[in-house]
Amino acid sequence: MNWVAWRMLNGDLAKYLGAVFGVAFGVLLVTQQASIFVGIMSRTANPLRDVREASIWVADPHLQNADEIEPMADNAVYRVRGVEGVDWAVRLYKGLARARRPDGMFRQVILIGLDDQSLVGAPRTILLGDLADLRRPDAVFLDKAGHQSLWPGEPLAVGREIEMNDRRAVVVGICETSAPFQSFPVVIATYSQATQLVARERKQLSFVVGAPVAGLTPPEACARIAAETGLDAMTYDQFMWRTIDYYLVNTGIPVNFGITIALGFVVGAAIAGQTFYLFTLENLRHFGALKAMGVNNRRLVGMVLLQAAVIGAVGYSLGCGMSVAFFEVTDRLLPDLRGIHLPWEIALAAAALVVVIIGLASAASLRRVLVLEPAVVFR
Amino acid sequence: MPAACPPSAATVGVSCRGVTKDFGAGDTRTRVLHGIDLDIGCGALTLLVGPSGCGKTTLISIIAGLLDPSAGEVTLFGTPRSALAGDRLVDYRARNVGFVFQQYNLLPALTAAENVAVPLLVNRVPRREALVRARDVLAAVGLEAKCDAHPAQLSGGQQQRVAIARALVHEPRLLVCDEPTAALDSRSGHTVMELLKAVAVEPGRTVIVVTHDARVLELGDRIVEMADGRIVGGGTVAMLPGEMRA
Ligand SMILES: Nc1ncnc2c1ncn2[C@@H]1O[C@H](COP(=O)(O)OP(=O)(O)O)[C@@H](O)[C@H]1O
Ligand SMILES: [Mg+2]
Repeated sequence: MNWVAWRMLNGDLAKYLGAVFGVAFGVLLVTQQASIFVGIMSRTANPLRDVREASIWVADPHLQNADEIEPMADNAVYRVRGVEGVDWAVRLYKGLARARRPDGMFRQVILIGLDDQSLVGAPRTILLGDLADLRRPDAVFLDKAGHQSLWPGEPLAVGREIEMNDRRAVVVGICETSAPFQSFPVVIATYSQATQLVARERKQLSFVVGAPVAGLTPPEACARIAAETGLDAMTYDQFMWRTIDYYLVNTGIPVNFGITIALGFVVGAAIAGQTFYLFTLENLRHFGALKAMGVNNRRLVGMVLLQAAVIGAVGYSLGCGMSVAFFEVTDRLLPDLRGIHLPWEIALAAAALVVVIIGLASAASLRRVLVLEPAVVFR
Repeated sequence: MPAACPPSAATVGVSCRGVTKDFGAGDTRTRVLHGIDLDIGCGALTLLVGPSGCGKTTLISIIAGLLDPSAGEVTLFGTPRSALAGDRLVDYRARNVGFVFQQYNLLPALTAAENVAVPLLVNRVPRREALVRARDVLAAVGLEAKCDAHPAQLSGGQQQRVAIARALVHEPRLLVCDEPTAALDSRSGHTVMELLKAVAVEPGRTVIVVTHDARVLELGDRIVEMADGRIVGGGTVAMLPGEMRA
């Protein structure tokens, strides 16, 4: 009988594809929007995420997120180094600045300043130039997307000049960074260079980053640092989640994505449910005939569920496939969406949604099939 | 080959005793069958005739186990219908009853042979074997060449022949046909009835055909006439009132 159910489904290609499309559309919209949402949210701590050497982040105790930074006095780094259990600790600058081309065109940029000696947090993917050049006077690195935005359409090149805070800076290298939330160009310099490229403030130190000695966990080290210095010390995860939580609570982003995701689910479920229900209704006469011919309710339920499951599986595969393909393309072509992929957790959640959609769609159909009197075949 | 009727019942396949059917409840309750007593034999084509609304379909639905009588008993080849309930009744239908419907009710997605194979699949015959047997039966109804055609590619008469093949493929002891010629022109209708008589009637099988198509009456071995939920006549063709033969 399952074979008959399968053939019935394929026999009505229009409805089959309609229902599959409904599921696929819902899955595509839900997975795509949810992935972008998760991707964007996880970007809020970028490009600081690239500082992978550090497991401890120390900042002003009032820090709420990675973008609003209250600088500390420069000597904070010595106070952190003085805490027992801290293996190493260095300065890290992060701030906003303006980069101006010689012809006057400018962009707001994210400026990262790395410890002059160790260059902790240096970019890992260098497309042009040599990291050591960062220590030359006036030298900066620029991220690839930033280069494309400052010099659109021009090939990547080193040696170009920008002006920041009335000072000349030379782009000596092009690198990749994790995409920042605000899609600003990322300029990387040494700490001492970076502090020259922005207006001078009394306090300038954004973060002290470091690691504990072997045998001490980062949370333990953080607790000690906080206790001894009065500064806020966090693990990277705590820092990242504090930032993400801030954006979740203080922006309309979750609501917006939530609405799109909900709409995708509702529309997909409506199309799939409606089409599948119509398919069952149109086949009610045949289900009745099968009932008369001795197919019991259990087998009929099996047939309907099989049909629904096929629709769900095909629609899900299509939807997820389209979602993956979408991110494959955008990852390469759209700098704004680079690094955003379909996480398996979202794929799994979408599968659960499909089960719900299919469950709803077949419930209505099953009700009709089960209450069907076999005697209707003679009507 | 359908099993022979139990010797005790001689040639009686289906027996109705006081079969009554009411539809609705309370004020809207209407009695459609008024205590039908009827024996229908094996090895013959029995026509059930009567004006529209007299209860023919209701009666064969009860006989075929699709509908429960409100009162009375139906005995099928020695088995009281009341002894079968739920899935047992469904299984009984699967093994012992063949159906031909006015609207053919073929699955449009399946080929003729696949449609014919369905009752075998219902009886859990493996698909390969079922399809081989289906082709044989299609050949017997003269549609060898149409095995792989879909219902939409067949004429009404051909579709009804496929339906007859489907109703017979599992060699049921009881075949019920509700107005099998009503949707056909007179020539195809006649072909279908002749076919039914030729391939369906076998010793040990009870064949009941509901019709109000006067043109096919001559093909019946026995004619049972109903009116207003009662049996009002029955016998051979010669015994029918004149207007029905016309
Ligand atoms: N499910 C039902 N509910 C209520 N009345 C019904 C139902 N089925 C049949 N009837 C009534 O029973 C009577 C006999 O119907 P039916 O057996 O179909 O007659 P026939 O087949 O001889 O035309 C009709 O008056 C019909 O309206
Ligand atoms: Mg009728």
